[in-house]
Amino acid sequence: MIARAVGSSAPRKDAAAKVTGAAKYIDDLNFPGMLYGRTIRSTVPCGTIRSIRFSFGPDDGFTVVDHRDVPGVNAVAMILDDQPFLAEGRVRHLAEPILLLAHEDREALLAARVDIEYDLEEPVFDPLHSPETFKHIRIEKGDVEAALAGADHVIEGEYRTGAQEHVYIEPNGVIAVPERDGGITLHGSLQCPYYVHKALKVLFTLPDEQVRVVQTETGGGFGGKEEYPSLIAGHAALLARKSGRPVKIVYDRTEDMVATTKRHPSIVKHRTGVMNDGRIVAMDIDVLMDGGAYCTLSPVVLSRGCIHASGPYRCGHVRIDGRAVMTNAPPNGAFRGFGAPQTQFATEVHVDRIAEALGMDPVRLREINALRPGDTTATGQLIEDDCSALETLRVAVERSEFQRKRAEYAGTSQGIGLSLFFHGSGFTGSGEVMLKSRAALETTGRGVRILVASTEIGQGTRTMHAQIVADALGVPYADVEPAQPDTAVVPDSGPTVASRTCMIVGAILQRAAYELREQLGGLPPAEHFRRHGRTMVIKEYEKPEDVNWDDATYRGDAYATYGWGCDVVEVELDPDTLEVRATDVWAVQDVGCAINPMLVVNQIEGGTAQAVGWALNERVVTREGAMLNATLTNYTIPTTLDTPRMAVTVMENPSRHGPFGAKGVGEMPMDGPAAAVVNAIRHLGLDVREIPAVPELVMSAPKIDAVEPVAA
Amino acid sequence: MRFTLNGAETEVHAHPMARLLDVLREECGLTGTKEGCGEGECGACTVLVDGEAVCSCLVPVAQVEGAQVATIEGLGGDHPLQRAFCDLGGAQCGICTPGMIMTAMTLGPEPTIDEVRTRLAGNLCRCTGYEAIYRAVLQATHAEAVS
Repeated sequence: MIARAVGSSAPRKDAAAKVTGAAKYIDDLNFPGMLYGRTIRSTVPCGTIRSIRFSFGPDDGFTVVDHRDVPGVNAVAMILDDQPFLAEGRVRHLAEPILLLAHEDREALLAARVDIEYDLEEPVFDPLHSPETFKHIRIEKGDVEAALAGADHVIEGEYRTGAQEHVYIEPNGVIAVPERDGGITLHGSLQCPYYVHKALKVLFTLPDEQVRVVQTETGGGFGGKEEYPSLIAGHAALLARKSGRPVKIVYDRTEDMVATTKRHPSIVKHRTGVMNDGRIVAMDIDVLMDGGAYCTLSPVVLSRGCIHASGPYRCGHVRIDGRAVMTNAPPNGAFRGFGAPQTQFATEVHVDRIAEALGMDPVRLREINALRPGDTTATGQLIEDDCSALETLRVAVERSEFQRKRAEYAGTSQGIGLSLFFHGSGFTGSGEVMLKSRAALETTGRGVRILVASTEIGQGTRTMHAQIVADALGVPYADVEPAQPDTAVVPDSGPTVASRTCMIVGAILQRAAYELREQLGGLPPAEHFRRHGRTMVIKEYEKPEDVNWDDATYRGDAYATYGWGCDVVEVELDPDTLEVRATDVWAVQDVGCAINPMLVVNQIEGGTAQAVGWALNERVVTREGAMLNATLTNYTIPTTLDTPRMAVTVMENPSRHGPFGAKGVGEMPMDGPAAAVVNAIRHLGLDVREIPAVPELVMSAPKIDAVEPVAA
Repeated sequence: MRFTLNGAETEVHAHPMARLLDVLREECGLTGTKEGCGEGECGACTVLVDGEAVCSCLVPVAQVEGAQVATIEGLGGDHPLQRAFCDLGGAQCGICTPGMIMTAMTLGPEPTIDEVRTRLAGNLCRCTGYEAIYRAVLQATHAEAVS
């Protein structure tokens, strides 16, 4: 009898290499003849390059690359293809790449000076005054104006969230190796090997087989290594092709913070119709996201943000109008939660304000309005039995003793707040249909090998996939081995994003395992391999027949399923410094099925800490488009002493779509904590509607009793 | 310059002002010690010098002349801290792990959770929210005391 792997906290496949220092990250690798690469960036947020002067001569051993060295298309292949690898004359943001240098001596490379003069143009930093909209989304359900007119009260509010830096502890880095046939092999710290593969093909006009991308051990991503590595990969590859030698580019911390993407800052406005009994009858929501200077992934971040903007609530009349706009900030991009943390922050603080206005208990208000099976979302999606909004709320309130503390803390420097949230699993809308992800299994002399491009970035991909395959195949967990993602070896299972690696890719692997099991005819995989040689099964994503989405109208099933969560946060206010500290968090989250409970708890704890940092500590300070606090000394992520105690409860209400019932888990923990923190601050009587809630913001916050319901 | 590295006499030829981090990684070939920030803030480069946890990105190699330097590679692989980090998910992306374990090496027997929090305050982790690290450190240090 083989022990069941799914549901056990099996040890991580990668743990031994990581605790001994044996795991090789990009900066641990070197190639013979390797040069070091450096990026020369604009020092102005908007302008045209007038002149360039070098401090070194043609005989000083430098390889220099500019846009004229691009053999193919000078644009990172993404959505609008508007971001150049290297500026061609005009720059649109500070730290925009203009030139590339490579040299075998790192000191000489760092000492080299390049002086660039510009004709300056007036930059735009306020998204409210943007000249260009990258994407506009409108979601409509029912008749919002009529419902607002018929409501007992209309509550309005504006909520803002700041930029957030990912602070993966390993900065971005790649090594490009030129191949004799004119191709390129790229090793790097990255989430999405096939994104980089596509970007390099377009940059060099190369066929599939002449570009090879290998993911090295990756020291954290959180979305920050989703699209940005394509740019760095292009840079290293351009230098490698020109010099004919391998080129390593590893950013230092400041360069990584100044130049790479951040979470989109947001401004969300709500206008909500409610009845005296607490029923929400109309939601009118306006979402604005600052995309920065180029489009990158902003349209899809906005999309997920808008779809989650009405929160886990039932409401017959909803209008969500969202825009992602251009400014002269460095481009913002993917970050864990992908727009949903921003919009659900607004919704959840707004719901507490509605409760204040009605004089109603915030738990009761949520109980009245939370989505239940049979309800429909803003896009008209029918919510099924795997909805756990009310259940997560009930458990979180009980375990945290919310009601007792809410009463006891009144008038003290302690506050307690909560938030209710949900998170769609997998790519939004028709995303999974367009991706057509493929995953494969093959027999080996040791057992079975998993072939996917889904990357291990700390979240446990290797371990969780191996558990799914072990049980679906009926073999011991130890006999399943994940392959390192390498585009020469693994099929394109899609990017490692969107809480899709377990639910979507895991489900494809499960189907592959069932088929392989039949082919093995009862033999262990290693024995079958010895007798018959390698057997491989490859499977593609299959859209469930009854999951349908219309991109044109933004109606339908935005995601195959959702995870559900409720967070309770306790805070303490220092009356002298006005610093708010989160002391305790209760996080209750329904993940469908915890394939590996240890990994699930790890994801929830880590995401919760990251969100508490976003809510309280992490402020990106900018002046004229430049991040001023681009060091870990001055941009402060939570340390052990800032991170609250956390009590995690994992609930399992299975989805019929995920492997063994699993839903997504990676992003959802980011959705709830910030609003719960701010609602706890509001419990102190301070009218905060913005994060990060740093002391300056808390100091200027009006007292809550100023809030009154607006008569309709 | 000579110093003792993971118990073995070692001679290096780097510039005396070279960062200990670079000497360990490049001249000694021990890449288990990681660079996360280069300013002594993240602790990923933590090593022990004469038993004390230091950020090797801030230490010129000249300062360790004659000293005992210990890195993650010196622990072998079967140290109770390493086993506990494996068992309890203390290592996720793994980039902070070597530094985190080296700092935890300086804890006394059977530390309290508050002592663990305070001691690890100079080591940043972005994956775990630290909870899994506390569990691992407490298990290792308390199991050690029992055996």
